Amino acid sequence: MQTSSAFLQLLVAGISTGSIYALIALGFNVVFKSTGAMNFAQGEWVVMGGMISALLLGTFSSVGVACLLAVLLVAIFGLLSERLVIRPLRHPTALLITLVSIGLSICTRSFVMLTLGKKPVGYPGFSGATTISLGGVTFQAQTLWIVGLTLAFLVIMHFFFERSMLGKALRAAAADREAAAIVGVRVETTILISFGIAAFAGALAGAIITPLTLASYDQGAMFGFKGFSAAMLGGVGSLPGAVVGGLALGLLEAFGSFYISSDFKDAIAFAVLLLILFVRPSGLLGRADVVKV
Amino acid sequence: MVEADESVRRGTVLVARRPSDHVWLILIWLALLTIPFIAPNAYVVSLANMALINLILIASLNLLMGFGGQISLGHAGFFGLGAYASGILNVKLGLSAWLGLPAAALIAGAAALVIGLPALRLRGHYLSMATLGWNAILVVLFNQLVDLTGGPNGLLGVQPFSLFGIRLDTEPRTFPLVWLASLLIMLAILNLLRSRLGRALRAVATNELGADAIGVDSFCTKLLFFVLSAGMAGIAGSLYVHVNQYASPETFGISGSILLIVMVALGGSGTYWGPLLGALIYTAVPQLLLDYEDAELMLFGLGMLVVLIVFPGGLANVPGAFMRRFGLKGRS
Repeated sequence: MQTSSAFLQLLVAGISTGSIYALIALGFNVVFKSTGAMNFAQGEWVVMGGMISALLLGTFSSVGVACLLAVLLVAIFGLLSERLVIRPLRHPTALLITLVSIGLSICTRSFVMLTLGKKPVGYPGFSGATTISLGGVTFQAQTLWIVGLTLAFLVIMHFFFERSMLGKALRAAAADREAAAIVGVRVETTILISFGIAAFAGALAGAIITPLTLASYDQGAMFGFKGFSAAMLGGVGSLPGAVVGGLALGLLEAFGSFYISSDFKDAIAFAVLLLILFVRPSGLLGRADVVKV
Repeated sequence: MVEADESVRRGTVLVARRPSDHVWLILIWLALLTIPFIAPNAYVVSLANMALINLILIASLNLLMGFGGQISLGHAGFFGLGAYASGILNVKLGLSAWLGLPAAALIAGAAALVIGLPALRLRGHYLSMATLGWNAILVVLFNQLVDLTGGPNGLLGVQPFSLFGIRLDTEPRTFPLVWLASLLIMLAILNLLRSRLGRALRAVATNELGADAIGVDSFCTKLLFFVLSAGMAGIAGSLYVHVNQYASPETFGISGSILLIVMVALGGSGTYWGPLLGALIYTAVPQLLLDYEDAELMLFGLGMLVVLIVFPGGLANVPGAFMRRFGLKGRS
């Protein structure tokens, strides 16, 4: 009984952090698909989501409203970033966009620090500090919000990419830029939209995790690396891959830190990740790239 | 006729006037030798030491990334591995720094071999991912193996290099050592690039399949340069730990690796002289921005964005770009 409840407790913790990683990985994948670049600014948007939510909570009394507005603001910030630093590039190669995104992440982190302060901020969960006990497992109601909102967002994204015109245009541009441009897709606009979606996903992750962990301006890099790893683990560029990769990473961390060592939590997660990559280079769900010679 | 004559003359003058990279290298390093004499204080000499160690790091990463097209997100990790290997051998086993230096290079190189064997068989982002994970693991180990590394407090009590009984423990005394090491590394890189192997590397970077087709073993070439570049980072690590007599985990994190990539790009990725500018920026800019305190990070990020957007080829390509523009004007 003791071990089984510990197991369930870890499962809940793993799924909840895993959902956050999945959201970040999704943002990462969307930009990777449209530009081929690794977006180092992804983690900063997570922090921004949490910190702006906390700021807005001073004006709006409802946590939900504050978070929604914050996520929208960060999405706009993501769109603006693309216009300001990616669009002006004359020859936007994947490597150059990756490098520029490092500069963007430094500027974003510093912008957050200068405007929102260095102090970690937090706020109550969407259902206050309610805890739920279920089958010997106790967890915060916010955990359910995290899993539920992540699921909802993933479903919306799925329908967006499969059904909507804009989503199909994004996929077309990702599959073949030139061919998409010929049939009338504005490739530049799809990159802009992908930054907006990525910032939205990141900020959503930040807004819903902050009640459990607090948000501070210097956590962005950590979130970014976790999302990057989750994306790699699941298969870069794949939407279900981001989910599987995120959950796998979250569970690995939760169980690794309990059963092996919490000091070496990150090392265990990354070691398993490297092993998986060496055995299945295209990720758990990714298809092997067929490169035309 | 007159025009042709002039262009020929201009051409010959240019060729005659432009010394080879080897000559430039010797001239620049001779000029650098004056630093301890003209520096106003020891602090400036210590900055020069750091700049030359950073140069080894950035130049070795440029060899892999700029010329080989392989992006490593773990260069600071190899730097740290070299520093801790050499430092721990010295503190725990009393091994001299002179033995620690080659040991650091060997250990970092061997680690790169282990990572590279599976990661370099594939193209694309696998090396980035594998090296990122590797660096993350190393940072955890540096922090958590407290008995060995001193943990977050850092590795203390590392002995400096000593020569004929003289401890190289002041900035002016360490400078000649770092100066010589950086010169030898830069010379090695220059000669490597001019060799058959260097040409093979560039062929692999341009087109792996094409390189394979003409008989270059692209996997072995990539692996060799990955190992060499990590070994050089190990040497930089050993120099760092014995010059500063201290090492601490945060120096060797993933952010450090990312900044090194940025410096390669800012200096001029795939140019021989780019790393010199990159090392200068890496060492000097944080010092110059110290006065701005909180705004430091913002100014650094903005500066980086401006350089990348305006000069995507890096600063080393700026004179060339200007000359081309000038040349075009002259012709029309």
